[in-house]
Amino acid sequence: MLGYFLTTGLRPAAAALLRRAALACALLGATAAHALTPAQALAMAQGDSDARIAAIEAALASPTAPLGPYLRAMADDAVVVADGRALVVQGGQASDPVSGAAVALPEGAEDVMNNNRLRGEISAALAALDLFAPDTVRRREAAQAMLKQPSPERLPLLDRALAQEKDAQARQSLELARSAAQLGSSDVLQRRDAAAALGDSGSPQARLLLQTRLAEESDERVQAQLRRSLAQVDDRLAWGERLGVVFTGISLGSILLLVALGLAITYGLMGVINMAHGELMMIGAYATYMVQNLFQAYLPNAFDAYLLAAVPLSFLAAAAVGALMERTVLRFLYGRPLETLLATWGISLVLMQLVRSLFGAQNVGVENPSWMSGGWQLLPNLTLPLNRLVIIVFAAAVLLAMAWTIGRTRLGLFVRGVTQNRAMAACVGVNTARVDTLAFALGSGVAGLAGCALSQVGNVGPDLGQSYIVDAFMVVVLGGVGQLLGTVYAALGLGILGKFLEGWTGAVLAKIAVLVFIIVFIQKRPQGIFAMKGRSAEA
Amino acid sequence: MQRRFTLQSLAAAAAVAGLGFGAMPAWAADTIKIGVLHSLSGTMAISETVLKDTVLMAVEEINAAGGVLGKKLEPVVVDPASNWPLFAEKAKQLLGQDKVAVIFGGWTSVSRKSVLPVVEEMNGLLFYPVQYEGEELSKNVFYTGAAPNQQAIPAVDYLMGKDGGSAKRWVLLGTDYVYPRTTNKILRAYLKSKGVKDSDIDEKYTPFGHSDYQTIVADIKKFSQGGKTAVVSTINGDSNVPFYKELGNAGLKATDVPVVAFSVGEEELRGVDTKPLVGHLAAWNYFMSLKNPENTAFIKKWSDYAKAKNIAGHKDRPLTNDPMEATYIGIHMWKQAVEKAKSTDVDKVIAAMAGQTFKAPSGIVSKMDEKNHHLHKNVFIGEIKADGQFNVVWKTPAPIKAKPWSPYIPGNDKKKDEPEKK
Amino acid sequence: MLADTSTPSLVLPGPKPLLSRRGWALFLVALVTICAVAPLLNLWVPAGSAFHLSDYAVSLLGKIMCYAICALAMDLIWGYAGILSLGHGLFFALGGYVMGMYLMRQIGADGNSGSTLPDFMVFLDWKELPWHWQLSGSFIATLLLVVAVPGLVAFVFGYFAFRSRIKGVYFSIITQALTYAAMLLFFRNETGLGGNNGFTDFKRILGVAIATPQMRMFLFVLTGCMLLACYLFARWLVQSKFGRVLQAIRDAETRVMFSGYSPLPYKLTIWCISAMMCGIAGALYVPQVGIINPGEMSTANSIEMAVWAAVGGRASLIGPIVGAFIVNGAKSWLTVSAPEIWLYFLGALFIGVTLFLPQGVVGLVRQLRGLRRSKPEAGELP
Repeated sequence: MLGYFLTTGLRPAAAALLRRAALACALLGATAAHALTPAQALAMAQGDSDARIAAIEAALASPTAPLGPYLRAMADDAVVVADGRALVVQGGQASDPVSGAAVALPEGAEDVMNNNRLRGEISAALAALDLFAPDTVRRREAAQAMLKQPSPERLPLLDRALAQEKDAQARQSLELARSAAQLGSSDVLQRRDAAAALGDSGSPQARLLLQTRLAEESDERVQAQLRRSLAQVDDRLAWGERLGVVFTGISLGSILLLVALGLAITYGLMGVINMAHGELMMIGAYATYMVQNLFQAYLPNAFDAYLLAAVPLSFLAAAAVGALMERTVLRFLYGRPLETLLATWGISLVLMQLVRSLFGAQNVGVENPSWMSGGWQLLPNLTLPLNRLVIIVFAAAVLLAMAWTIGRTRLGLFVRGVTQNRAMAACVGVNTARVDTLAFALGSGVAGLAGCALSQVGNVGPDLGQSYIVDAFMVVVLGGVGQLLGTVYAALGLGILGKFLEGWTGAVLAKIAVLVFIIVFIQKRPQGIFAMKGRSAEA
Repeated sequence: MQRRFTLQSLAAAAAVAGLGFGAMPAWAADTIKIGVLHSLSGTMAISETVLKDTVLMAVEEINAAGGVLGKKLEPVVVDPASNWPLFAEKAKQLLGQDKVAVIFGGWTSVSRKSVLPVVEEMNGLLFYPVQYEGEELSKNVFYTGAAPNQQAIPAVDYLMGKDGGSAKRWVLLGTDYVYPRTTNKILRAYLKSKGVKDSDIDEKYTPFGHSDYQTIVADIKKFSQGGKTAVVSTINGDSNVPFYKELGNAGLKATDVPVVAFSVGEEELRGVDTKPLVGHLAAWNYFMSLKNPENTAFIKKWSDYAKAKNIAGHKDRPLTNDPMEATYIGIHMWKQAVEKAKSTDVDKVIAAMAGQTFKAPSGIVSKMDEKNHHLHKNVFIGEIKADGQFNVVWKTPAPIKAKPWSPYIPGNDKKKDEPEKK
Repeated sequence: MLADTSTPSLVLPGPKPLLSRRGWALFLVALVTICAVAPLLNLWVPAGSAFHLSDYAVSLLGKIMCYAICALAMDLIWGYAGILSLGHGLFFALGGYVMGMYLMRQIGADGNSGSTLPDFMVFLDWKELPWHWQLSGSFIATLLLVVAVPGLVAFVFGYFAFRSRIKGVYFSIITQALTYAAMLLFFRNETGLGGNNGFTDFKRILGVAIATPQMRMFLFVLTGCMLLACYLFARWLVQSKFGRVLQAIRDAETRVMFSGYSPLPYKLTIWCISAMMCGIAGALYVPQVGIINPGEMSTANSIEMAVWAAVGGRASLIGPIVGAFIVNGAKSWLTVSAPEIWLYFLGALFIGVTLFLPQGVVGLVRQLRGLRRSKPEAGELP
């Protein structure tokens, strides 16, 4: 470590040579004079939080090679204490943290537990060590992490890192961290400059630091600067917040779209009000659950791919149930929409109870595959959850598939024909009964896909459908039964409207407001946004 | 015409209705009936179903050891389906028709408040095993869960301290009903007494079954930019699963904004990926990860029972939690009280419950207070580990006596520490 | 001109009697059963006897009779006006809440918190009654509001809906949205109506304790008499000219419009009457059941009301009453003895009735009787 800083002024080749020599000396020196002693290792592992943190700070002051791996092991809960010494346990094999030699794991070894504070300190210490890591990515992350717990004591370390850092991104973060550390310095001018620098950064961490400092600051000029910087940061952060609201609205809209699309097909194209739509979604969700279980049991290595199998299976499962419904009950009720409503409500009760009997009344757990966990950090204060991003893309894909099916395939042609004029379609040879079944199955299958998507964001239980059915109906009623585009507009519009309102009034009032809005809109325009054109006697 | 069969159809309908109450079950003289009133479906089933199984396990254990007063216990299980009026109706049925000697049940405070008038009017006995908001003390109820001074206040103390993160700002997030509202009222008064300003407290409520927490997590993130923030969550039921999922996906780490929950235990974490949640906290009077002989025996009993009865989830991965332990203590204390009183008569049992002790799985000798119908409890604060278990980071040195009337609510100093004589 | 002695005089059918002689006889039997026999069996006959009507039965039957009033209200709008509402639970609950507010005020200082404010306001830290509670102390005002609040809500909603000529399925879905939105509103504690806890722990009405057998029986008798009175009223209504126009609107609205009638006032009137009936039912329901919570406004409850009318037989006022008894009786029995079967049964009932029994039980019995009779009576549905 020490060697690096001696050589910054020399020519490249010689500098490199000297660096390597210095490193070798430093390491030798480290292991000889400043070795991580067993006592130090034990002090970091045992005792109350204050003592342990002090021990870590002490070790950090003169870091040695084994310190990093040891701290990492402690962060992973892989350190035990036995017979008065600390041991690292990895893969069932214990080893001494200082020498790295394998040791037999003694009986009665106690796990070293870390609370939040310790975890924070350990990650800060690791960040400090990582500042000098050879890997650029690690250095960048470490530099960003340094922003979290800045203190004037860290300044020398930051200076050293800055002196030899070449990567631009890492330099930026380091400078920010340096400013953050200087916020607490005793020099007024330094504090003021630090406040100004933080104001330019636009990072939520910076805002937190500025706010905390403002509460303690006594000098007026620094206070004024802090306030200016806060306003600056807030301005930049405001964009992140606005985009965040738009994203949540689109995410909700995409879910509403998936949920309402199947209903739009069955109602719009066939005039069937299907109160069991929610339960078809539930069937899709449970199909996903079963596929997940199969993968967990038989193909655990391919678990991340279970969704690829779950999507078609949930479509087919829901479509099959829908086709069955149509064949046994609905075909006798065409032209009687109110009776269809009641009959499908009855079917929904039966389906719910069936699922309760088969799977139990409680919720079942569906895990996200690893590529859908976590978030994508777009801006410092805007992280887009991956599962929601995937669902937006999925909803768009399903919409396009549906539009293509209805618009470009034979089945779609027949469905449109039967909708517009059933008698004529029958006269020209379309098997209307079969087309009805297939169209209903298609709508139900889309409901199954919606259920598959819902399983990734919410709870999966027998009541899954009940929470979404009113929303689905609202979207269909608002969008009108003329075109699929109406459903799209209605879904996205309601999603974004709801999320905007939620920011002001809270979730429940927003929902109520949206419902009232729809009720009022329907009074004005009973056919919805996109109405079916043409004359027809009222049903 | 229609009129002719009015009487016939009315009579038929009345007969069908009559079957509902006419078929009184024969009062078997050699069993003692106990009622189990837990939601087995609906939003609270995630938490309550396992309590029904705990009661049944304890009943099996007691019956195997000879029963109570020489008679076997016969459990009567009903499902109020997370529907509070149904809780009241089922309680009436258990006490009025099945004539049970005691009811073990309830989770949400709403369910308990719905059952309370029934149990008081019909002089029944209810054992309520879940942590709650206090502000209640009924002669007919024994509260084996924590009162706020045995859970909420110590948790907030921990978060204010250095080890907990020295929180300066607080988000009080809960489900919209009496328990979170009252607990937050108490916590506000407590925080105020510690010098926290109103602008540093943000209270939010979501309805039961709410599942879209995007905006709330975004709000928490924004609020935390104003100072070191801690979140106190009284969210109940299966809303916890989407909340924790959203929290994990948004990258809100426990080292930045710790979330302490009062209704989330090992069972509620089952359906969640706990790796991003490491470090978030819960405050209970028992954790499965406690190491002591009673707990080891309790866990073994439960896993054997779950395997034998093929209980979903627990047969492969048995989990125990605080309300299960409280239920277990409650039913054993009731048995001891009945044996002491030599009868199942409610008033005699109530008198015999005073001072009962039992060696609890939490490692202490649990004691039922002589007067105030609550247990003396140890408080543990646990942090979530990657495997869904809790790492105990703090505990009280000795059991704390419950204060059902919180000293932080004005007017409570006039209330007695025992049930009103009604 | 010839003296026209053989001009056929046009004899219009005279106003039908409200009930036939047999009908009046059965009505009297029902009245006596409710007002005299039931109190006797409950209060006078000792508890161990086989003839004793248990308290549990009294409250159960009282509850079912409240539901029967709702079913009657549903029949008025669905059977006779062709309007399927899937949100009538809202009016039922509104009436119940108004009565509940009065009962909460009557608890006075005897509640858990010891304050004269209802308990839930204490934990919300409210110091005084909000505006919508101001009239809840007076019994007379409560009685008026029980009818006025559902009526007003129905009027406003119905006026705009019927004026825009929203019909059929769209209307049903909009009523669903209405009751769902109201349920969400009532679930919020800030609305000041008890939130999720609802109202419970009632102590007395007009100073008389509720929890006594006498009061229970009194409420039972009151509900029964109200049911019979509503039945008579409904019968009078549908047999009047108003009722005939209504049925015409149900059968062929466009033609009625072209005949010079505006459907709006007819539909609106029957809609409001039906809502007020449900409100009264709700007000009678709450003291008997002892608790009310926004779950009463759930969409499932309202849809169940439709099935009572469907099972019993629409457009026959006695049918929905019978339907309410059958379905709720089955529910009470099955949820105790075989709870897993109950939902299968209810679901099958919905499906079966719409497919096979569009006229309901009443229609079935009529069909069976029709095998013996020659022709249906004039003015009744075939």
